[in-house]
Amino acid sequence: MTLWWIGDVLLLVVVLPVVVYLLRGVLDAARSIVPSVGRIAAAAQAGSKDLDAVPLLLTTQAQVKQTVEVVANYGGSLDTIVDDAD
Amino acid sequence: MPAAGVVLIVAVVLIVLALVYYLVSTIVALQQITTGLDEAIAGVGEIIEKSAPVEPVVKDINANLDAGVDLLEGLLVKKAGLVDSMGLVEGLYPGAAAAGLRNFPDSTTVPVPRIAEVYTKGTLTLARLGREAPIAAASPNGPVLRNIEGGSLDARSLYPDTRQRRPEEMPRSPVIGTDSPVQYLPSEQRGGTTPDAAELSDKGEWAETAAEGIVPGELGGSDAPREMLEEDPELGSAVLGESTGSDEPATRGGIDRSAGDDADATSGNGSDT
Repeated sequence: MTLWWIGDVLLLVVVLPVVVYLLRGVLDAARSIVPSVGRIAAAAQAGSKDLDAVPLLLTTQAQVKQTVEVVANYGGSLDTIVDDAD
Repeated sequence: MPAAGVVLIVAVVLIVLALVYYLVSTIVALQQITTGLDEAIAGVGEIIEKSAPVEPVVKDINANLDAGVDLLEGLLVKKAGLVDSMGLVEGLYPGAAAAGLRNFPDSTTVPVPRIAEVYTKGTLTLARLGREAPIAAASPNGPVLRNIEGGSLDARSLYPDTRQRRPEEMPRSPVIGTDSPVQYLPSEQRGGTTPDAAELSDKGEWAETAAEGIVPGELGGSDAPREMLEEDPELGSAVLGESTGSDEPATRGGIDRSAGDDADATSGNGSDT
């Protein structure tokens, strides 16, 4: 009977607090991750939205090509009408 | 049941309740994490998808810009020379000459002339275009070096009529008489054009005699002072008028200089009629 009581005391005084402590730590860690994950998701969505302008690069590409062609034509004309330095 | 057994059961129930509470709470938190990660993964996927074509496009843009830079650097150095090129670059962008030109490693070591401190912007270009440009040298009347008016007229004549300011199909009237913008001495103007240096060189010394006049002015020629001339000197008469003093043709088509190339008046003894 005495050993039974000792077991009860150990269960209530030692095991129960340890179990509660450990589970509470896991829960706190899991809950602390939630807002971080939320911020990551928001950042990813914002980054994706920022890249909506990427298709405009195709316009930039075409305009740069046209500009360089105009510069080449202009340079060719200058090459024809202006004497060389040497 | 003994009291110790009841206490044991109560202790076990408490432990189970604690386990259930904390484990369920942990499961809920992990589910929230999973949802958040799903959203983040979706966003990252969109980023990857949208940024996929960026690299080839940017590489193409850079390649085109590199070609443009190569072209402009090469043209600048070809036309102005490496030393003057660096002087022009330094004049436009102070401090840029230290960086040099990308395709000309020697550009960082050449002495940079202070072109911008000596000339204002455009001076050299205007000087070259006005005095040495091959567009003027191609004039049928010869180079227009130091001939500002001739250079301007010849340069304008090379451009299509759409750039002319005058109205289309409107005949141009020559300016003659005392209000003519160009006044010549009577002895220098017998009709036609005034022989210039190129014409004199082409025709020979005899052409110069027209410029000197038939009768010198001191002997009463057409250049003599008014008091030495008759009341109505022939060449001063307003009735007879004067030539335009200009080489510019009075008609849009001008003179057909090849019209007499096939004339047979001398070889065929003229017309039968």
